[in-house]
Amino acid sequence: MTAFKTLSVAMLKGFVRDKATLFFTFLFPLMFLIIFGLLLRDAGEDRTKIALVGDGSVVSALRESGALEFESYDDENAAVRKVQDGDLPAALIVRGQRIDLRFAQSDQVRSATVVGIVNGFVDRANLAATGQPPTFTFTAEKVEDATLKPIQYLTPGILSWGVAVSAVFGSALTLVSWRRKQVLRRIRLAPISTTSVLSSRILVSAGVALVQGVTFIGVASLPVFGLRLSGAWWLAIPLLLLGTIAFFALGMLVGAFAKTEEAASAAANIVVLPMAFLSGTFFPVDQAPAWLQAVSKAFPLRHMNDGMLDVLVRGKGIEALAVPAAVLVGFSLVVGFLASRVFKWEE
Amino acid sequence: MTEERSAVVVRDIRKSYGELKAVDGVSFTVAEGEFFGILGPNGAGKTTTLEIVEGLREPDSGEVVLLGESPWPRNVKLLPRIGVQLQATSFFDKLTAKEQLQTFGALYGVSAGTAADMLELVGLADKANEQENKLSGGQRQRLSIACALVHDPDIVFLDEPTAALDPQARRNLWDVLRAIKERGKTIVYTTHYLDEAEILCDRVAIMDKGRVLALDRPAVLVRGLDAPTHVTLQKGLLSAVDASALDGVDEAHEDEVSLTLSTRRPAPVLSALAERGALDGLQVRTATLEDVFLDLTGREYRA
Repeated sequence: MTAFKTLSVAMLKGFVRDKATLFFTFLFPLMFLIIFGLLLRDAGEDRTKIALVGDGSVVSALRESGALEFESYDDENAAVRKVQDGDLPAALIVRGQRIDLRFAQSDQVRSATVVGIVNGFVDRANLAATGQPPTFTFTAEKVEDATLKPIQYLTPGILSWGVAVSAVFGSALTLVSWRRKQVLRRIRLAPISTTSVLSSRILVSAGVALVQGVTFIGVASLPVFGLRLSGAWWLAIPLLLLGTIAFFALGMLVGAFAKTEEAASAAANIVVLPMAFLSGTFFPVDQAPAWLQAVSKAFPLRHMNDGMLDVLVRGKGIEALAVPAAVLVGFSLVVGFLASRVFKWEE
Repeated sequence: MTEERSAVVVRDIRKSYGELKAVDGVSFTVAEGEFFGILGPNGAGKTTTLEIVEGLREPDSGEVVLLGESPWPRNVKLLPRIGVQLQATSFFDKLTAKEQLQTFGALYGVSAGTAADMLELVGLADKANEQENKLSGGQRQRLSIACALVHDPDIVFLDEPTAALDPQARRNLWDVLRAIKERGKTIVYTTHYLDEAEILCDRVAIMDKGRVLALDRPAVLVRGLDAPTHVTLQKGLLSAVDASALDGVDEAHEDEVSLTLSTRRPAPVLSALAERGALDGLQVRTATLEDVFLDLTGREYRA
């Protein structure tokens, strides 16, 4: 027990005193969180803005609905030029009863949206002008959907990624550096089990993951980012621990093959970076094409990410942990077994 | 010496790496409390021999008995009784000298206080709170030896502890090594400094190309060589012709600054010189282990 404790303390000190590691563990992911959080803060709220010349009952109805935003111009040519320059998708020109819409050919989706909205309002105004009761009735109502505000998916994503990075790098670099410096030999020559050494290092990684969780969620909860936790958010803790073990095992596998710290670092990047992009660290993966979603299911980070999303922001309970936990445990066992097969004490 | 009292018994060990016979039939025994040196140039097989004895490698054939036990495969019962200093200075990242000792001590269940006391022995008490990478080469080497001794082992294996040190640091380390011997430890150490081994070791094994060429007390090896003693004097005290006429002098020759006499009986030569009052600048150089190496291999010793 004392050996385990002393080793854990020693490794924790080594971790805390290494500024580069601290940077990549805490500040680097936080930078992504802050930058993306600020950049995407207003995403999902923006309405299409078009140029407007003139005014009338149709325009008032459009304004009231909030479907479009308007930028008013006195001059028709100035408004059209805005469309020609690509600054605005369309220009609405109202001269009494005559309503013209000039739209940009290039941005077909937005143009079609604008055309559809304006057309709808014109039709309704026409119908109202005839005084006839409508043959068909149509009502529209808002529904809360699964689409999340950016900070809501960024925080779980970047947290999972940050934990994965620090666990993979932590174990791979420690292993390679200990092998190169013959610390592994010293350990082999001491009457201590490899399990004690390994578990004390994992304990340090797990502690780091928890601190990462608190830090990232804390920063994202600041009013400027506005993260809102929901449901059983504390279920993120077992997920963090399982994720740490899984990615620690991955790092051991990388470290078994790499001869130098530089090689280990490069190899860890090659493994972690594509996985991070394909697992929805920076964007919600359910908006990705179907084939990519299928591919991403192969990565443990995707499942950790899904679990994090479910328990942190989607308000789900413990049942949401089942699949991610099973995948992470399975991954740890398989990769851990492989790593123990290819493990080398010496260069 | 009987084998029951031997700390280390090595019988005809061999280890090949492909075509290269790194260790080619090495045998020796080390008594308890003995300071035993394995000497030889780089690539002689010293380190591989040591690694097999420590139980880090399995020999292709042959047998090793350490304190009555076999070190291979990893013998957990034996490990607390042996201390190993490795060729590379292997430390944990970013820890101070004291923390290194406490951490290595913890691997053996040694208390933090006992571990810190080892700093005293190696003269690093004032560097206790320095990080390992801030220490000088000699200080790191001493710390690494302290780490090997932290659990108070019976046998200590040191692999080239004085390599790459400046002369002052080497001498400081010799004091540390002597202090360890005084504690009654058995020391097995490798070096490529023959002069150092001659000073420190009770017995030495001279290795080259994977084999032991000679094994005995340094003085016995040198004496057995029947090499002449060289007596050097300031030039001008005596002519070369007069000198070669002295009783016991085999040969005399002169260069720009000194006169050198070769003799196999230095006593009458020195008293004759003393009678003549011709002792200015006197130096007596007897044969060394380097001469033994030259004699054994037919080539100059190059570390």
